[in-house]
Amino acid sequence: MQRFVVLTLNGLTEGSIYAAMALALVMIWRATRVVNFAQGAMAMFTTYLALFSLERGAPYWLAFVIALLCGFVLGAVVERVLVRPVESAPPLNVVILTLGLLLVLEALAPMLFGGQIRSFPSAFSIVGIRLGSLQVPFSSFDLFTLVSVLVLMALLLLLFQRTDLGLRMRAAAFNAEVSRLLGIRVGRMLTLGWALASLVGALAGLLIAPSLLLYPTYMDQVLVFGFTGAILGGLDSPPGAVIGGLSMGFALSYVGGYFGSDLETVGALVILIAVLMVRPRGLLAWRAQRVV
Amino acid sequence: MPAVVKGWRLLLTPTLSRHLGLALVAFILLLLLSSQIGAYDDYTLAAVAIFVIATAGLNLLTGVNGQLSLGHGALMAVGAYSTSLLLRGHDLPLILVLLLSLAGASLVGAVFGVAAARLRGPYLAGATLALAVGLPQIATRYSHVFGGEEGLTVPPPAAPSWLGADFPPERWMAWIAIAVALVTLVLLGNLLQSSVGRSFKAVRDHEAAAALAGINVARTQVVAFVVSSACAGLAGSLFAYWSGLTAPAGFGVALSLQLISAIVIGGLGSLSGAVWGSIVLVFVPNFTSGMASSLNLPSSVGNNLPLLIYGAVLVVAMLVVPYGIDGGLRRLLALARARWAGAATNHKGVVDWDDPAGS
Repeated sequence: MQRFVVLTLNGLTEGSIYAAMALALVMIWRATRVVNFAQGAMAMFTTYLALFSLERGAPYWLAFVIALLCGFVLGAVVERVLVRPVESAPPLNVVILTLGLLLVLEALAPMLFGGQIRSFPSAFSIVGIRLGSLQVPFSSFDLFTLVSVLVLMALLLLLFQRTDLGLRMRAAAFNAEVSRLLGIRVGRMLTLGWALASLVGALAGLLIAPSLLLYPTYMDQVLVFGFTGAILGGLDSPPGAVIGGLSMGFALSYVGGYFGSDLETVGALVILIAVLMVRPRGLLAWRAQRVV
Repeated sequence: MPAVVKGWRLLLTPTLSRHLGLALVAFILLLLLSSQIGAYDDYTLAAVAIFVIATAGLNLLTGVNGQLSLGHGALMAVGAYSTSLLLRGHDLPLILVLLLSLAGASLVGAVFGVAAARLRGPYLAGATLALAVGLPQIATRYSHVFGGEEGLTVPPPAAPSWLGADFPPERWMAWIAIAVALVTLVLLGNLLQSSVGRSFKAVRDHEAAAALAGINVARTQVVAFVVSSACAGLAGSLFAYWSGLTAPAGFGVALSLQLISAIVIGGLGSLSGAVWGSIVLVFVPNFTSGMASSLNLPSSVGNNLPLLIYGAVLVVAMLVVPYGIDGGLRRLLALARARWAGAATNHKGVVDWDDPAGS
């Protein structure tokens, strides 16, 4: 029982990271019908920028904000400079383009910041919280991770559901042509969508760095599990991304804890295939038929 | 003997005889080339041929049938591990090992293909990516069978004695790989020209229309997956002979992503695209790592320069030649023809990609 609690809490923390990654992928998918394979590498790069600022004497929170802002700008630049020109090309091209970007960023990071494995500080204690005499395997930093992911999701929900800007962004993603006729700057909305998604990704990178340690490929597995989480939940549904990402965290934690950590990804594969066999468009797919 | 007569007539059909003739000419030219170059270049040539087999199969699945696979490296791993296990303690003839490895990968491909036929676009990409991540882990988990992280060693194929005792083993490896690659290309070329190949394309272009035309969409997709897996298994088997070692690190996600980037760079949906892509896949890293080591750069820059250039090549290629090398060449050819024929008004640079010659 105690083991189950440990694994559940562990799954919750990791799952919230995967959920953030999945959410970033879903936002970009909804805006431009692109699976951004460079999402993890972009987050890796902004986390290196945070470390760079820390080493130049910036306080933690300033570095934190710098990384998020850089993520925002990087997302906008990538959409405007690289993705926009291949919009009309075959859909596989943009996949290869983001793969190319992934390689470029993962090669550039060790050139600029050094390739060795670095530790990344955390804002709060990473030792488990004490409840009386009992030490819970859940640290203040885990709590911070969970809360900040939840807060960011709430903010995004507010933006999309309650503001004029959010409505325009949804309209631009839903039907570009009609939105353009209605006077919405569709291109600008898509750029903003990429920028926001990349900010969410940057947050995930910052939050997972203390436990995974920082090296050029440290976000690769987060990207893969975030992507499987997004697929699991349904690529068109932000709540699906959150549910899918969290399920991924729990599933990996339980499989790793009960069957051995070397079966983690095989377990993830089996779960993903099993779910997709029953629901080929993810758990929360609301459109039953395919567009022909 | 009507069966024999029919067989001869089949051989005389333009498609088959053209493909066989081309393959024969290519075989002779490549053997001559291979005899002129050194052992290391023979080794590289074999690598290109092996990747041609894998990418041709992948291009059939992704380019021709429209099913995106990010997990073909895992199917190559199935072929490579089949070969390594078959050769452990036994000395089996090469052709038998190749066929059994092909069968093993086809079997895995059939199982996965049935699942894949229900999935589309990014969902299929995600499932196949999970396959690429998950499958190599089985090798580390059951290390008593698969040798764990260290992997299994494979003896190199022995050159026949009539070639002489000092015949370089790299050259023999290159000859085998070239022969298998050409046989694969001829078979795939004929398949693409047949009704099966046309149904692959019909399913890719419009599923509903294909179904209305009487094509069983799901079955066609499973067949494409099996054929493609068979190619991957064959390539994996040769890869095991070529590298002499089968270990999970060699079959990670990176391999699968290299294969898919090769066919997009080479040209989606054509066998020549697979050949171009394999050449890029093997020669660009070879060239850039040679360049990086000759430039005397600090190690943090020099070690990562090849990766940086490969990534940049992918990005720039997608921006500059969206239809790959094959598409770009066809376009150039079509433009040149249009100019020579003085019928430029007909085209004005607009090329029908499926029939760029406009015939």
